[in-house]
Formats: sequence, structure tokens, C-alpha cells
Amino acid sequence: MIRFEDVGKSFGPVTVLDGLNFTVAPGEFVTLIGPSGSGKTTILRLVMTLEQVTSGVITVGGEYLSHMERGGRLVRADEKHQREVRKRIGMVFQQFNLFPNMKVMQNLTEAPVRVLGKSRAEAEERARELLDLVGLNDKVDAHPSQLSGGQQQRVAIARALAMQPDVLLLDEVTSALDPELVAGVLALLKDIARTTDITFLCVTHEMGFARDVSDRVMMFDGGKVIEDAAPDKLFSEPDHERTRSFLQAVLERG
Amino acid sequence: MNDVWQWDYAFEVLPGIVGGGLWMTIKVTVLASILAYVIGLGLALLRRSDLRIVSMVAWAVIEFIRSTPLLVQLFFAFYVLPDIGLLFDPVTTGVVVFGLHYATYAAEVYRAGIEAVPRGQWEAATALSLPRSRTWTKVILPQAIPRVLPALGNYTISMLKETPLLLTIGVLDIVGVAAEEGSQAFRYVEPITIAGVLFLILSYSASLLTRWMERRVGIAR
Repeated sequence: MIRFEDVGKSFGPVTVLDGLNFTVAPGEFVTLIGPSGSGKTTILRLVMTLEQVTSGVITVGGEYLSHMERGGRLVRADEKHQREVRKRIGMVFQQFNLFPNMKVMQNLTEAPVRVLGKSRAEAEERARELLDLVGLNDKVDAHPSQLSGGQQQRVAIARALAMQPDVLLLDEVTSALDPELVAGVLALLKDIARTTDITFLCVTHEMGFARDVSDRVMMFDGGKVIEDAAPDKLFSEPDHERTRSFLQAVLERG
Repeated sequence: MNDVWQWDYAFEVLPGIVGGGLWMTIKVTVLASILAYVIGLGLALLRRSDLRIVSMVAWAVIEFIRSTPLLVQLFFAFYVLPDIGLLFDPVTTGVVVFGLHYATYAAEVYRAGIEAVPRGQWEAATALSLPRSRTWTKVILPQAIPRVLPALGNYTISMLKETPLLLTIGVLDIVGVAAEEGSQAFRYVEPITIAGVLFLILSYSASLLTRWMERRVGIAR
């Protein structure tokens, strides 16, 4: 579903990703772990087209994302091309990023109506179903500022699902939440991962969640994948010393 | 006749100053403010254009107008433009020149307001595939504009206090009418005092309105 071929990303003189190769199969839940600054979030931002690759190629669902074909040659994707491919991809952010000037309902219906061309009634019905799913059907008319962090993140998850994405990117979605609200959001995501065939690419520091829900976990360090394994294997008997010391450090902190 | 303040004379000139001058001051300020707010927003958006040439031109226009005195622009529009066939009546000239001049200040105010919208809002709009035009009208501007209303209000107040400059192109605002009344009777104390008090009332009520907006925006945030 997602394929990185020799992807490199630099910000000025700083190389964040270097010759990165990996694939994520359709319906797979893949978690990226690793120390801060290891390039995990950059990977999600590249898939969401919030950043552009410096080198290499990304494809999503068999279509080029970073590039496009023109006259038999592969050239950099323009905005129009990315806008099309992007429709299949959704993202949930660390800071929720709900639109504060819109009520919850409008947050959930704006893009389905404008982008997917749904009727307002259809979009609102779907929004109500999704708010049911995330347990917030009583907040239809609330403004984001009236909601707790956990509630805002649930709305943000519902908003992403309303676009019926094939791929959902989760960028440290519980890092900005009060500790007592984390479990609820993670349980919701686990439920969604199990009941849909959405492909997930997730960056998190919640190792219990990662172990529980992932099909595969990739350990990153210095812009490279240093270990890529099933969660049980990676968390119980990692091959690499670097993985072991990282997990140790996370456990001691948490 | 040598009293410092003559009530009879004050009441004699008051209707003219209020009916002619006050009305002109309000008319020019309101029309020019609307023009400034609309053109200012346009300039701010052009300034952010991806096309370098467009943003450069917008930048040049803003810098040029902001760096030359309002009076020069007023004279230019009134005395120079007719020579190349552009002739407007004095009130229109005044409104357009004031509007354009303050549009460049408004553009900077809008720019600050737009930049104050968190980057995450743009990113969320991208993640939802919202078209760029829709992102502007539904996400960015509805958050940026309420924040800048108080600052725009302050520019309206300074515009209000600059309307006496219109006297130089023959448009009589509060001060213009007051000065004329004074010159007819050779007595300026009353008309000029009345003009000052009228400006005080106008500015003060406008600043109360602006402060009220500031509080409202504060609550909304």
C-alpha cells in the first residue's frame, strides 16, 4: 500500500532520512518507534505530502505520490497530482488541529461535502455515526474549545475517518493528552484498527499499545530502519543492541 | 463682544459644522475604511502568492504607498492625475486616496493575523484535501480576521483624525467647515473648539467600540 524506494530527506544541511526502503501492505498496522529526531514523524509528513522528498520515490496504493509520469518520464509530482493521491490518505495530529471556528459537526462534514462531493444530509448522517463510534454523539454542536483534549482527539479521529481514507497516519496522537485520557483514545484506535481494513502508519511512544495493535514494528535511528519485526519479537528479543537500550530507556521513563 | 466664549455665536455655527463637516468626516472615514479593509485583504493575499512576480509587485505597492506622505498622495491624485485625463470629484479622490493609503497598513495587519494562525491548521486542511481557496475562506481567514479587527479599528481612528487634510483639495470636513465659519466672522474660538470636541467624541466612541471588540475577540479565543 505504501512503498518507500531509496527515500532521502534533508532540511538544508541536515539529513533526516537517508536511502530509506520499506513497504506497508494493505490493511497492515505498522508502528514506527525510535528516539526523537530519528525521522519517524518526517516519514508520516512525507506520506501526507506536508513535506516533499529530497530524493527517492514514494508510492501509495500503486500510484506515485512524490512523482508522476509525464511523457513516459518520471517527474516531480505537481500540486494537482498530489491533491488526487492525497484523498486516499488521512492523518491524526499530536495537537488535534481541529478547526476552532467550526462546530464539531462542521469539522466532520466540511471536507466530505467539498472534497468527496457528498450531500450535506449524507455527510451529516455519516458524521453522527462516527461520533457514535468515538462516543461523542452529544457533542455535535459543541465548539472544539469546549472539549477536553481527549474529546478533541476523538473528534479529530472521526474527522479523518469521515474522508474514508485507505491509509491513516497517526502522529503521536496521545502525546499531548493528560495521562488519564490516553487509554480511552488508544482503545478507540485499537477498535478501529481491528474493525476496518485501513492501512495504518503510526508513530507513538506508547509501547504497550504498539505491541498490542501492530502487525509490524520498525525501530528507527539516525534516519534508518535498524530493526523491522513482529511486535512480540521486537519487544521481547530484539536483535539490535540499539533497540534494546532504547526500549530499556522508554520503560524506565514510563 | 470681547467675551472669551460666546454661546450665541457657538450655537450659530454649530449646525453648519455638524450638518456639513461632521457628516463629511463620517462619510469619508466610513467609505475609505471599507475600501482600505477590502483592498488591504487583497494586498495581503497577493503578498502571499506563490507567483514571485505577483508577491513582489504587491510588496512594492505596499512599501511605496507606506513610505510616502498621505498629503503627497492626495496632491498627486488631485493635481497630477487630471493632467493625464483622470479626473474625479474631490470627495471621490479623497476617499480613494485615504482608502489606498490605509489599505497598505491594513495589509500588514492582515498579514500578521494570517501568520498567527497555527501551521497545524494548514496541515489539517491539507490532510483533509480541502482545496486552497476553501482553506482560505473557511479555515484561515475566519480565524485571522477576528483577531485583527481591533487593530483595523485603530487605523480607522487615525484616518478619522486625518480627514482635515482633505481641506487641501477643497473637501470640507469638520475642521474645514469650522475654519470657513471662523474666517467669515473673524472669530475662530468657538468653531475650532467645537471641531475639537466633535473629534474627541468621535474618536473616543470609536475607541470604546474597538476596545469592546478586543474584549470580544479575547473571549472568543
